[in-house]
Amino acid sequence: MPENIIRRTIGGMLIPLIQLYALYVIAHGEGGPGGGFQGGVILGSSVILYALIYGVEATRKRIKQKFTDLLCSTGVFVYGGIGVLCLLAGGNYLEYDMLPLGTPEHSSHLGILGIEIGVAITVASVMITLFLETARRDEK
Amino acid sequence: MMEHLPIVMIVLPLLSAVVTPVAGRIHRVLSWYIVVIVTALCFAGSLSLLSTVLETGRISYWLGGWEPPWGIEYLIDYLNAFVLCLVAFIAFIVAVYAKKSVELEIDEARLPLFYGVYLLFVTGLMGIVITGDIFNLYVFLEIASLAGYALIAIAKRREAAMASFNYLVMGTIGATFVLLGIGHLYMVTGSLNMADLAQRLPALYGSKVVQTAFAFFAVGLSIKIALFPLHNWLPNSYTYAPSAVSAIMAATATKVGAYAFIRVMFTVFHAEFLITGIHLNHLLLFFAALAILMGSILAVAQTDIKKMLAYSSIGQIGYIILGISLMNLTGIQGSLLHIVNHALMKGTLFLAVGGIVYRLGITTIEDFKDLGRKMPVSMAAFTVGAFSMIGVPLTVGFVSKWYLAIAALEAGMWYLIIVLMLSSLLTAVYFWRVIDNMYFQPHDASKVSEGSVVVAESNPKDAPVLMLLPTIVTAVLCVFFGIFASLPLSLAEKASMILLR
Repeated sequence: MPENIIRRTIGGMLIPLIQLYALYVIAHGEGGPGGGFQGGVILGSSVILYALIYGVEATRKRIKQKFTDLLCSTGVFVYGGIGVLCLLAGGNYLEYDMLPLGTPEHSSHLGILGIEIGVAITVASVMITLFLETARRDEK
Repeated sequence: MMEHLPIVMIVLPLLSAVVTPVAGRIHRVLSWYIVVIVTALCFAGSLSLLSTVLETGRISYWLGGWEPPWGIEYLIDYLNAFVLCLVAFIAFIVAVYAKKSVELEIDEARLPLFYGVYLLFVTGLMGIVITGDIFNLYVFLEIASLAGYALIAIAKRREAAMASFNYLVMGTIGATFVLLGIGHLYMVTGSLNMADLAQRLPALYGSKVVQTAFAFFAVGLSIKIALFPLHNWLPNSYTYAPSAVSAIMAATATKVGAYAFIRVMFTVFHAEFLITGIHLNHLLLFFAALAILMGSILAVAQTDIKKMLAYSSIGQIGYIILGISLMNLTGIQGSLLHIVNHALMKGTLFLAVGGIVYRLGITTIEDFKDLGRKMPVSMAAFTVGAFSMIGVPLTVGFVSKWYLAIAALEAGMWYLIIVLMLSSLLTAVYFWRVIDNMYFQPHDASKVSEGSVVVAESNPKDAPVLMLLPTIVTAVLCVFFGIFASLPLSLAEKASMILLR
């Protein structure tokens, strides 16, 4: 489709930048504005932009439903898992400074980063699933 | 590890919920095993928490090591421990029961997802019960509700989607009201911890903001427990959901809602504020009596057994609210007892009906003719549940109705006895119709109504053992706690004592 060329070009330029920005927002969550939720939304929206340009089928070819389903669970598991690691390290649930990763400040830093990543994974994959499921045509 | 038990009770089913669908991809049965094992562990954990509470008093757990009121606190006292055991027990019983039942009623490909969502639902319910933080309560309320919508919609029948959508709309309005209530309280106190709120609020009882907050809580939670004029979402949800889901929702979801209502009324706010501050008791009493009568009357009018049980649930919610609104010790004790007792008897009834649906696919009461001979054990359990609902002595239903009646007399409201008697009579009417059909009407093959799977000629067996066993256990408990009522009674007494302070 030749009339698509502007969308394709702009999309090709923007999508990597959006994703990079999403990673930036996730990583800076604990020190500044942003965090896992916001970063996850930005990450998910980059895939939604791809779906708007290239269509739902093309997106599903690249990102299989099994994969997004798995990611939805993975994010929750990362979050909860870090909490359980804190329990195993002798602290209360989600008490990151007890994690054995150097100084308490350092473990607290890494712990919250892990949480942000977990949140981002789930939020991004849930956004993608919601969009693709709503846009999907029923086979019947 | 024992001191971490409160959080493990939540994290275990939560993490298992995300593992279950993945395990289901390896082998379908795996996901069922996970659910049964996890709910069994939760039940064991809740018993252990109960015994700890009985020995040492209340347990407080600080998430992330943050001291309340800044951090989230999980606080377990007599009331929580009591309700927690009930929820975990029903979750376990229904999980065992679910396997056979859902295989028939849900698409095979969706089974692992069903089990995952089931665990999420249990997580939400237990979270509501265990938390001492009011915003955390809202979050778990939403987890349980969202999982609940999905559990109803997952059924094969097309009506289920519509029922679930209705529930979604009503449930979301309710949840939004609760959130608004929390927002108002936070605005004036700056605190979200229930115990902390209880200390800060008395000074502000004159404030319009606090009164508005309570109004939002009352309406929002009334929707969640389906108090009479706000009950519209309930009958269709219970009717079209898979049998196992009807059973767990009827036995726990509205009960946990009632628990949340009690918590907000008596722990966050104070009985004195409700009586002298906003005169809530009379208003609530009116709606409770209305719910009892209308629920029973509407139940008499039903021809579908699941719908009849659903309407009867609306009446029973009225009983629970009636006891609370009397605001005396016996009344609250009666309400708490009724939370447990109704969970047991409604659980039994829905589980028994699930057995009929599994074997015969019928839910119309007219078609139940001669079932007493065909499925003797299921029907015996059903009869025990029905007698308990009516309030026959030696069953649990009698104990809680007795306490509610005494509470009404203590409050000097003798006319409530008439309401109780009338509703017991109506309950007897609608259950007798079923029992009469089951045992005393000869089977007439020519009159089986359309749409039901006609296997009547082939002389069906009773429900499979995996479904029969949970039904028997709850039925036996209905009688057991009716005769040896002292254990739940003493717990309910201790719980109502801390509520009225």
